[in-house]
Order: sequence, then structure tokens, then C-alpha cells
Amino acid sequence: MYISTFHLMPHRELPDDFEKRYQSVWVTPPFHELADARRVGQYYNWTLDELIHAAKAGSDGICTNEHHQNAYGFMPNPNVMGSVLARATQDLNCAIVQMGASLPGTQPPIRIAEEYAMLDSISGGRLVAGMPLGTPMDINICYGVTPIEQRERFREAHDLILKAWTSKEVFPWNGKYFQLPMVNIWPRPIQQPHPPIWIPGSGSTSTFDYAASHDHCYCFLSYFGYKSVSRPVRDKYWEVCQQNGRDLNPYRMGFLQLVGVSETDAQAEKDYAKHVEYFYHKGLHVPLEWFGVPGHQDYKSLANAMRNPAMAQNIGSLKEKRYKDFLDDRFVICGSPATVRDQLKELCQTMRVGNLMVLLHMGSMPHELTLKNIDLFFKEVAPALRPMWEDEWENRWWPAGLRRKTLQGAAA
Amino acid sequence: MTTITDRRVSVWQNKIHPNVKVAGTGPPLVFLHGAGGLRWDPFLDLLAARHTVYAPEHPGLTEGEEESISHLDNLWDLVLYYYELFDVLGLKSVPVIGHSFGGMMAAELAASNPERVSKLVLMCPIGLWRDDAPIPNWMLITPASDMVKYLVYDPAGPVAQQMFGAPDPEMQIRLIWSMACTGKFVWPIPDKGLKKRIHRIQAPTMVLWGKQDKLVPVRYAEEFGRRIPRSKVEIIDQAGHVFPAEYPERVAGMVEDFLG
Repeated sequence: MYISTFHLMPHRELPDDFEKRYQSVWVTPPFHELADARRVGQYYNWTLDELIHAAKAGSDGICTNEHHQNAYGFMPNPNVMGSVLARATQDLNCAIVQMGASLPGTQPPIRIAEEYAMLDSISGGRLVAGMPLGTPMDINICYGVTPIEQRERFREAHDLILKAWTSKEVFPWNGKYFQLPMVNIWPRPIQQPHPPIWIPGSGSTSTFDYAASHDHCYCFLSYFGYKSVSRPVRDKYWEVCQQNGRDLNPYRMGFLQLVGVSETDAQAEKDYAKHVEYFYHKGLHVPLEWFGVPGHQDYKSLANAMRNPAMAQNIGSLKEKRYKDFLDDRFVICGSPATVRDQLKELCQTMRVGNLMVLLHMGSMPHELTLKNIDLFFKEVAPALRPMWEDEWENRWWPAGLRRKTLQGAAA
Repeated sequence: MTTITDRRVSVWQNKIHPNVKVAGTGPPLVFLHGAGGLRWDPFLDLLAARHTVYAPEHPGLTEGEEESISHLDNLWDLVLYYYELFDVLGLKSVPVIGHSFGGMMAAELAASNPERVSKLVLMCPIGLWRDDAPIPNWMLITPASDMVKYLVYDPAGPVAQQMFGAPDPEMQIRLIWSMACTGKFVWPIPDKGLKKRIHRIQAPTMVLWGKQDKLVPVRYAEEFGRRIPRSKVEIIDQAGHVFPAEYPERVAGMVEDFLG
């Protein structure tokens, strides 16, 4: 098992009545009413410190991602953060997991090929190259990309980036969305033929298929835990892998889980309850319609989603839930080290997850509590999870120089 | 009761097979629907009393043809596609009536090749932009139930009830996909350069607007009227964006008078 620490870099101090007073945490929240630029600078520095702290505490990887115009998590360019992290972790065996720069919103997409190659260079070959499609709020609304073209744009950008990394010749790119006369990027990645590629997603079948057919790792970014999605996602994903002639290597699957560790279950409730509720009530306060901007889903996915509105119901009912509900439904895993260990093991077994991502900073959590969570997690929980899958499978979606050598024979 | 025939045709190198609703007798006219899709309503029925109405479904909206939208990349493709569709229907030069998104397309067709459009009726079209009268993006209206307030003069009245009263999942799927396929050509701001071409329109033009239109403000009626050489503007009071559904007899009468 490889465990990475994820961070969203949220606004930590939204007013108590935020979700009543404002339409949305995304796209429209007024910066000047809700934030202070100097204080926001503090959030960025806390975020960097927390991720570096996790790397020192033993996290196998540290993750950043891209979102725009929001208080939920505002790293408009994750590579700015990634470059600090790459530099600050020079002496550690820690992957820089960019989850990452959004392909359809970056013009031209070779910008991502260049920035990722820079990160791979600075980090000495420790980059994991996440290739997100991006949310409708970010890509369609904030960045103006035509919804019905988003997926096709993503695919073209992916192909262009891979060719830009690997081609030995200068080449012209005559695509539908991007045309470039002479592509010859500098620098190139250290990892050959290219850094491992992870595709984050929220459960759509066409993304499963894309990841499996390209032999990339699919990362399910679930904020609704694994119970509600274990069947539709796990069964469908592994079925799609088999249809594509892929093996059942659990490292093909990444999974994001919100986690809070304390000395006891009761202490965990004291420590994390209000931050969990802040995360779901304020951090995900987004009009339902914006998750489904017309054209963001292809026709089949749209018809499927409208006829089986599980995801919509999950989002729609968030505000009615309290800490205990989030715990019971396993949206979050919080408790003593033993509780968290057991539940995470069950999650990883159930979903067949090899690349676990944990969100150890949730919503309004202050810096000190986040450091405590990181310390307890890597001291008391992570060691028990690490041996999972290790004697059977190799993590082919991890920087080669950072893979642990515990595997017996399967590496061949 | 008018008989409506569904006519499937093949255009664009046989890659797109839209359905065209055809009804009535008399000289032809083309009706281009708005972003919400084609609904055959009393207004079209009334037009069919004295005309042969051709009402094509926008590419991608015909059942089983959802993916065909991918064969048209941009507005230029869509304009040429419509000339081909006119050819297949045997329409050399024809009156074109367009509502909202369909109004923008009608204006584009008349401006790109004035020979194909003999008369033009623009019913609260999109296509122009004024910073002092921004058009809300109808694909982002939230909550979705607020849509009716943007479209209908009396959101509690019978027209609103009939159009939005009982939404079911299949209706929602059609509506969302319709906005997706039309939105492809106008996202994220419905200003794709018509202002540079609109002076080329030669067809006698009638611009119709609901005075209380909350989606595309009536301010744009004057804007279209000013820019189209042979045009007149008519404003209908106590009317919203869907005024042809609100006043079918009156609007059909105005159109018939104009077409002569």
C-alpha cells in the first residue's frame, strides 16, 4: 500500500452562517467580504508546512490539485505549490503527486508537459502526473470551456502531452482544439518514458474506460466514502479493467478518504466533528445544477445520472447530516488509531485500492490539530496498512526510484 | 387539428439525420427553435394554417442521433449545415422564423447568404451583447426551478404550468441535452460575431420582443432593429421570453401579416 497525503488548501475561517448567506462556495463567493489576502497567505503557508510535515512523518506522497474561484480549495495552479514541495522534500523518498493541473482548462496543454517536466527535474524523478478532467465549475464556468467539448479536449491534450514528453523529433500538432507548428519542449522528464499517470474521477464509466484502456491509474475522489459507491464503482471499474485486458493489480486504483485520528473515538469526535461538518456543509455548498452543467456529461452518462440520481441525492442531503451520520455512512473515517486502521483496511480490501490518498486536513481544521492528525496517522495507522498487496503486486504507477523493494518475484 | 409529419433527412456527408417536423399547406416557411428544444405548440399550429411549416430539430436532438452533434465543430459548420438542410428540403429562398437561439441562427443564415432567406422574423434572438444589459447564462440558472421566472411573464400562470408544471426525468434529459447541443455554439457568452455580419442581412425583417423578457432584455430589440437595414420592431406588453406561447393568436397574426 502506498499512502499519499492530499490537501485542498481551503478557506479555514468561513462565517458560521456562510451557507445561509451565500449562494455557493464555488464561482460566486465574494473574496473581499470573506477573505483577507494576508490571512490567505497564511493558509498557503500552513498548507505547504502541513504537506512537508506529512512527508517527513513518512507519507509516501503529497498531493495538490487545481480549483478556481472558490473557498473550498483554492490552488489555481497546483504546480506553484508542487514546486515548493519538490524543493523542500529533496532528501525524502516522497512522491510529488500533482492531482493535478486540469488538462481541458490549460492552453496550450504543453504548458502542463513543461511544468510537470520541471517538477520531475527539480524533484529528481519523484513526480506522479495527475491528469484531471476538471469540475464543471472550474472548467466550464470559471474558465469558459464549452461543456460538450470538455472530454474531447481532455483526450487531445493527454495525447499531445505524452507526445511532447516522448518525441525525439520536433513535430507539428494538428489537432481539433490545439494546433502548434513545432513542438519540442524543454525540459523533458527524468522518468522514462514518462512519469506515472493518474486520472482522477468521480465515478463516470467513460473515465474508467479511458484510464483502463491507457493503462493509467484511476483515482476515485470520493467525498461520500466507499460504502455508498463500493458496488457501482468497484464492480464497474474492475469489470472495465478486465474488458480492457488488464490485470487486477490494486495499484490501478487510487481512492481519496477523509481521515481524522485521535487518542480515542470520543476524543476524535471532540477534535474533528465541527471540522467535518464545516467541510460538508460549507465546503461543498454548491448548487446541484452546477455539477451537471449541460454538456459536461455525454448523453449516456446524463441519461444514466437522471434515471439513477444517487450522486445528486448524496449532494442534496449533505446539509441534513451531522458528524455521526458522516461517520456512520463512512463519508469520513475518524476515531482512535485502531478504529481508523480497521476501517481503512476494510475500505482498501473492499475497493481493491493500492494507492490510498488521505485528506488529513478537513475544512476549518487549525494548523496544530492538522499536525497532530498527521503524526498520529503515520505513527499509529500507516504502518499497519503498508504491507497490504506488497508481496503480490508491484506499484507500476509510482516513480520507479521510490518503489519499495519488498516484492517477491512479481516485479518481473 | 393539424397533421404533423416527422421527416427524417440525411445531411452533412450522411453523418447527421435530423428529424424535421412538417405541417400545413401553402408556401413554405422554416421555424428554428430555441435552446430548450422543439415543442409543437398552438403558435406553430396557427402558422401551419396558411403555410407549410418546416421545423427542424437542432443537430443532436433527434432521438437516436445524440452523438451526431460531434460532427459540427463551430458556428460556421452549423450555418453551412443549414444551407444543406434547406437544399434537401428543396427550399431555395424561404422565410425563416427563429426564436431565441433559433433567432440567432436565422440571423446568421440571412447574413451569411442573403439569397437563402426571403423574409426574417426574429423573436427575442440572442447573438448580440451589451455590457449594460448582460444576458444571464440560462445553462447555469440555479435552482433549476427558477428557470420559469426568466422565461414566462406570469410564472404562476397557465403557460408556466403547462411548460414547467410536471417535470419528469425523461423531459429533464431532453431539456439538458438540448441546452448542451445548442450551447456548443454559444458557450459561455452568446456573442459569436453576429455584430460584424448583421449588416449583410437583406431580407425584410420583423423583430418581436416580449417587453418583460427577463432572459434577453427588451433593450436588444432596438439593437437588432438598428443594425438590420430593412427592419421593424414590435414590442408586446405583458410578455416574457416565451411570448409566442403566451399569445399564440396575436403573434401568429403578426407573423402572417408580415409575411403577406
